[in-house]
Amino acid sequence: MKLFGRELLAQQRLFWRSREAAFFTFALPIVFLLLLGSVYGDDEIDGIRGSTFLLAGLLGYGVVATAFAGLAITLVVRRESGVLKRVRGTPLPTSVYLAAVIASTLVVVALEVVVQLLVGRYVIDADWPASPGALALALFLGSVTFASLGLAVTGLVRSAEGSSAVVNAIYLPLTFASGVFFSVDSLPGFLQAIATVSPLTYLLDLVRAEFIAGRDLADSGTEIAVLAGWGLAGLLVALRWFRWEPREA
Amino acid sequence: MHDLRKSYGDREVLHGLDLAVETGEVFALLGPNGAGKTTTVEILEGYRRRDGGDVCVLGTDPEQADADFRARIGIVLQSSAVYPTLTVEEIVALFAGYYPAPRDPDEVLVLVGLEDKCRARVRTLSGGQLRRLDLALALVGDPELIFLDEPTTGFDPAARRQAWNTLRGMRELGKTILLTTHYMEEAETLADRVAILRNGRIVATGPPRALLAEHVAVEIRFRRDGEEVVIDTDEPTRVLHELTAEALAAGVELEALEVQRRSLEDVYLEVTREGA
Ligand SMILES: Nc1ncnc2c1ncn2[C@@H]1O[C@H](COP(=O)(O)OP(=O)(O)O)[C@@H](O)[C@H]1O
Ligand SMILES: [Mg+2]
Repeated sequence: MKLFGRELLAQQRLFWRSREAAFFTFALPIVFLLLLGSVYGDDEIDGIRGSTFLLAGLLGYGVVATAFAGLAITLVVRRESGVLKRVRGTPLPTSVYLAAVIASTLVVVALEVVVQLLVGRYVIDADWPASPGALALALFLGSVTFASLGLAVTGLVRSAEGSSAVVNAIYLPLTFASGVFFSVDSLPGFLQAIATVSPLTYLLDLVRAEFIAGRDLADSGTEIAVLAGWGLAGLLVALRWFRWEPREA
Repeated sequence: MHDLRKSYGDREVLHGLDLAVETGEVFALLGPNGAGKTTTVEILEGYRRRDGGDVCVLGTDPEQADADFRARIGIVLQSSAVYPTLTVEEIVALFAGYYPAPRDPDEVLVLVGLEDKCRARVRTLSGGQLRRLDLALALVGDPELIFLDEPTTGFDPAARRQAWNTLRGMRELGKTILLTTHYMEEAETLADRVAILRNGRIVATGPPRALLAEHVAVEIRFRRDGEEVVIDTDEPTRVLHELTAEALAAGVELEALEVQRRSLEDVYLEVTREGA
């Protein structure tokens, strides 16, 4: 436990020291919120205020950018540079290490959510979440699911240089197709097809249901089941293909 | 270890190695690139799985390596890798925290000669400084057994000498050291025993001096009629006596006479060339 705590602190330090990672995962969703909020915050989307719709969408986007994209890229870079191999040669259990890396990601997500809610409320005049507790649980479930998918995707990437290309090729289209910025109904057919399988769609449905309608989590069985299914699938792939050593040889 | 075998795909790269390193010994695994040094060491460290043979390191099979085993070994990998954004003292302190009974991080930094760099970010270090940081990370857990895979490759002579002094200090503390190198001089000055590895086979093993004695040990050079003569012998006294007697009798000088003990390098070149 002491090992875990210390490693978590080290991972936090590493995250905030790495400017690019901190910008793309932490600051970018907030920048989007400010920019797009000023563009169509006062419009109405799916029958609700644009800024509230956008804030709920960007909460989900922040989860994917941090827990999926940021985590996967960080781990691939560490793997290819040999850091993971070196860590594995110490008595620190690999499970404690990975747990600390993931927990550190969750801490970043949590901070980001808080900042987004404040900016949303006080800068672009969005609403407060209707049921904050359920929203927190939904975001937690989403973060764990996407972290597990992030671990899984590291097995597909062969090089550090390729990591952002592959990861962005997955998550940017997902972001558009799943209705972060616009309502899914306004998208062309092929994007809607992606939307029906994308875990982000279900996370956003869940987030918007909690945020806007204050629905009970128990009434969101489908969304929760789909997310858990993706999370489990990611975990299985990660268990099979996650590597600690560079792929050079 | 006994009859250690390893293949990559269908290519066997270690063809049955036998090796025993004693506690407190400095053992050098010497060989050209591709001989199988890294493969051997990483099997002993628990990174790679063997395909045959028995291996026992500190009473454990490294394939079953657990935290206790890893706490007792220190590792310098062939290529260094640490978080570039941390400072030297931060990373050494972080690694110290992984071990149950670490050494004082400041002391370790002094030992490897990085005390002036303790506040520098890792990414600003030179290649040689990074290597010394690797050594610091291997030592900070106060391990009994230290593996070093080409620890001084790329060092300038002064830095190499300093690293050697550090390693000698480790030996004096009773540490067991297994190092790989392709510098003969390094093996000759540091190691109690040496094994020479070629194409996945051990072709010679023993203390550096014994290896020298086993092979033609002394080289005698002189000039006769303007031509260089080289005689390799393991009986230098008799040969020299005959030569000088002959020269005295003929009333000539043996020009440019030189008697030289052959270095491990010559032995190494000899055994790695044989049948290669
Ligand atoms: N991961 C690997 N996959 C395939 N072949 C490898 C791998 N690692 C090493 N080899 C091969 O095994 C042989 C021994 O390599 P290595 O142990 O690295 O030698 P050394 O450290 O003595 O230079 C070389 O021919 C090398 O190409
Ligand atoms: Mg090597």
